[in-house]
Amino acid sequence: MTTLSVSGLNVWFSTEDGPLHALKDVTFDIPERRIVGIVGESGCGKSTLINAILGLLADNGEIRNGEILFEGQSDLTKLTRREMQDLRGPRISTVFQDPMGALNPVLSVGEQMINIQYRSGQSKAEKAARAIEMLKLVRIPDADSALNRYPHQFSGGMKQRIAIAMSLMMEPALLIADEPTTALDATLEVATIELLQDLQEQIGCSVMFISHHLGVIAELCQDVVVMYAGEVVERGTVRDVFHDPRHPYTRRLLECDPARQTERTRVLPTIPGEIPDLRHRPEGCVFAPRCLERHPGCDMAQSERMVAPGHAARCNLVDQSAAEGESA
Amino acid sequence: MSDDPILSVDDVQVSFPVGGLASRSAILGVAGVSFQVRPGETFALVGESGSGKTTLARAINGLQEISAGSITFEGGRIDRLGKREMKPIRKRMSMMFQDPVGSLSPRMTVGDLVTEPYRIHGSDGRDLRAETERLLSLVGLPANFASRYPHQLSGGQARRVGVARAIALDPALVIADEPTAGLDVSVQGEVLNLLNDLRERLGLAMVIITHNLHVVHHVADRTAVMYLGRFVEKGETEAMFSAPCHPYTAALLSANPEPDPDKVHDRITLPAEVPSLLSRPSGCEFHTRCPWAQETCKTVPPPPGDVTCHFPLAPGARPPELESAR
Ligand SMILES: Nc1ncnc2c1ncn2[C@@H]1O[C@H](COP(=O)(O)OP(=O)(O)OP(=O)(O)O)[C@@H](O)[C@H]1O
Ligand SMILES: Nc1ncnc2c1ncn2[C@@H]1O[C@H](COP(=O)(O)OP(=O)(O)OP(=O)(O)O)[C@@H](O)[C@H]1O
Ligand SMILES: [Mg+2]
Ligand SMILES: [Mg+2]
Repeated sequence: MTTLSVSGLNVWFSTEDGPLHALKDVTFDIPERRIVGIVGESGCGKSTLINAILGLLADNGEIRNGEILFEGQSDLTKLTRREMQDLRGPRISTVFQDPMGALNPVLSVGEQMINIQYRSGQSKAEKAARAIEMLKLVRIPDADSALNRYPHQFSGGMKQRIAIAMSLMMEPALLIADEPTTALDATLEVATIELLQDLQEQIGCSVMFISHHLGVIAELCQDVVVMYAGEVVERGTVRDVFHDPRHPYTRRLLECDPARQTERTRVLPTIPGEIPDLRHRPEGCVFAPRCLERHPGCDMAQSERMVAPGHAARCNLVDQSAAEGESA
Repeated sequence: MSDDPILSVDDVQVSFPVGGLASRSAILGVAGVSFQVRPGETFALVGESGSGKTTLARAINGLQEISAGSITFEGGRIDRLGKREMKPIRKRMSMMFQDPVGSLSPRMTVGDLVTEPYRIHGSDGRDLRAETERLLSLVGLPANFASRYPHQLSGGQARRVGVARAIALDPALVIADEPTAGLDVSVQGEVLNLLNDLRERLGLAMVIITHNLHVVHHVADRTAVMYLGRFVEKGETEAMFSAPCHPYTAALLSANPEPDPDKVHDRITLPAEVPSLLSRPSGCEFHTRCPWAQETCKTVPPPPGDVTCHFPLAPGARPPELESAR
C-alpha cells in the first residue's frame, strides 16, 4: 500500500503583485515503510508541499487542483478541519523546519511532551517516563531535569532533537521532517539518521525527509524527489538519481555540493542565473533559462518521462538520449 | 594589511544560572576559550551541538554577559560595554543569527529589514531604495521581494535577508552562526562566495559557526573544535582535516555524511551518553566517550595547548577496539 500519494497538486498564493503559482502539477508517492527524500533549491516549495499535505497553508494560500491520498483512502485536500486535526499528530506527525517555532516558549519541555500524549490514556507519571525515554533516545543530557526546562535554555540542536523526540512519541504512520538535522553536528546527525532508520523499522512508518544536505539524503533515504521552482523535475531511487541523474538541474545540483570538491577551493561552484518569478512562469521548461543544455524543444511544456522503471525526469532530453542510445 | 588581530578572545567564560530557588547553581556554557582573528581571516567554530558555539558568538557580539576573561576588538576592550557604547562597535562587527526567521521582526518588510542598519547607524547619504536593490541582488533575491514580510519567505530566503543585513554596513568582522543552514548547495555557494569576495576586497574577517564540515574545509583558514564549552583542538584547517589530533575531532570528521549512497563509512562511533554540564567529568572531560581513554585520562586534566589531549593521535589512528576486531 502507498502511504501517501500526491497527484497533480497545484498550490497558489495570492500576493500584492498578483497570484503566485508555488506548486505546479506535483506528483509522487511515498510507499509504505520507505524513506523518501525531497531536495531542491531553497524556495522551490518544499515547506509549501508539507503545509498543503497537513492542511496548514497560510491564509493567502490555496490548493486549486490535485489529490493527496493518505493510506489509499482519504483525500487530505477534502477533509474538514476537524478530521485533519485528528490525523495530525497521531497518524501524520511533523518536525517543522524551524525548531524554535515548533516548541512553545512559555511551556516547559516536559509539559509539552506530556500534553501531546493526551490520547494515550496513561497516567501523568507514565507519560513523563515515556518523555524521558524519548529524550534519552535523542541524546539530551540530564533527560530527567530537561523536562523542567524551557525551550530557550537549550541550544539550537537540542531543540531540534526535542522536536524529533516529540514527533516520534506518537508512533505515526507517516513522519514528515523538514530539515531536522541542520543544527546537529556530524556525529549527532549520523546518530539521528540511524535512530530514524531504527524507529522507522520498529514503528513501520513511512518518512518524508526534506534536506539540503545531499550526504544525509544519500545515507538515509531509499527514494528521492528533486524539485525546482515548484515542480518535480526528477524522481527515483537514491541510487538511480545520484549515480545517473537525468535532469540537467539534478546534475548541476549534485555538482555544486562542496563535498564533491576534492581540492580545497575558496570559490565554490554555483548554478548561475536566478530562480524564475513564480508569478510569471515560463511557458516551457522552468529550468530552461539557466540550463546549459537548452535547445528549441525546451520552449514547449515538459511532461514527465520515464528513464527506467521507477526513475522519471521532466526533461525532453531524456527520451531523445534514450532513443539515440537505441539507434546507436 | 596589519597582522594585529582584529578580534582577540582571552579565556572567556559564560555561566548560566540553573535550577529553582532551592537548588540554585550555575553551569559554564563557555568554560574558558581563547583565540584571535586577523583581518581577512576566516575562523571556524565547529563542535558538538550544545557545546557553547552560539553562546560564545553572542558573548563576542555583546548580547551575552561574560563571567570571566576579556574580549578585544580593533584594539579596545568590548566585554564590559553598555548598550550605547556597544552601538558603534556593532557597526564594525555584525552578526548573522542561527535562527533565520525568528531573528527578523515579523511586521517589517524585507525592504525595511535590509535597510534597518542604516536607520540605526546613519545612512551616510545613501539612497535607501538603491541600497535595498543592491543588497537584495547581492544575496540573489529579486527586487520585488522588498515588499514581502518574513512569513512569506522560505527558510532559505529568510536566511539571505539575514546575510544582506549583516553586510549592509561593510563591517570589518562578521560573526556568522550557521549562515548556510537551510540553503541549497548552489545558494550556499553564492553566499559563501559573496563573503569570500568581501574578504578579498575589503579584508573582511569572519568567525563562522557551522556543522557543515565540507564548508569548513573549503572556507576556513583556521578551525577550533568545541566540546563542553572548551576548545579541544585548534589549528590550521587543512592540517586538522588531514590529520586530526584530538579523538573528538577524529570522530567528528569521520562522521561526515557523503553524497554517495554506496559509500562504506569507516566511522569512529562515540558512546551516546553526553555528559551533563551540571557535573562535568573529572580529568579529561572527553574521557567518558573517548575510545582511546586510559587511566590517566580519568583523573588528570590534559595539558593546555592547541590539542588538549594526553595522547594526541598519530595520523590515521583507529580506535583500539576496532583494531582488535579486524
Ligand atoms: N504565504 C506566502 N505568501 C506568498 N508567497 C509565499 C508564501 N509562503 C511561501 N511563499 C513563496 O513560495 C515559494 C515556496 O516557498 P517554500 O517555503 O515552500 O520553499 P522551500 O522549498 O521550503 O524553501 P527552503 O528550502 O528555503 O525552506 C517561495 O518562493 C516563497 O517565497
Ligand atoms: N539561557 C540559557 N540558560 C541556561 N542554559 C543555557 C542558556 N543558553 C544556552 N544554554 C546552555 O548552554 C550550552 C551551550 O549552548 P549553545 O546554544 O551555545 O550551544 P551551541 O554550541 O550553539 O549548540 P548548537 O550547535 O546545537 O546550536 C547548552 O548546554 C545550553 O543548554
Ligand atoms: Mg522550507
Ligand atoms: Mg548554536
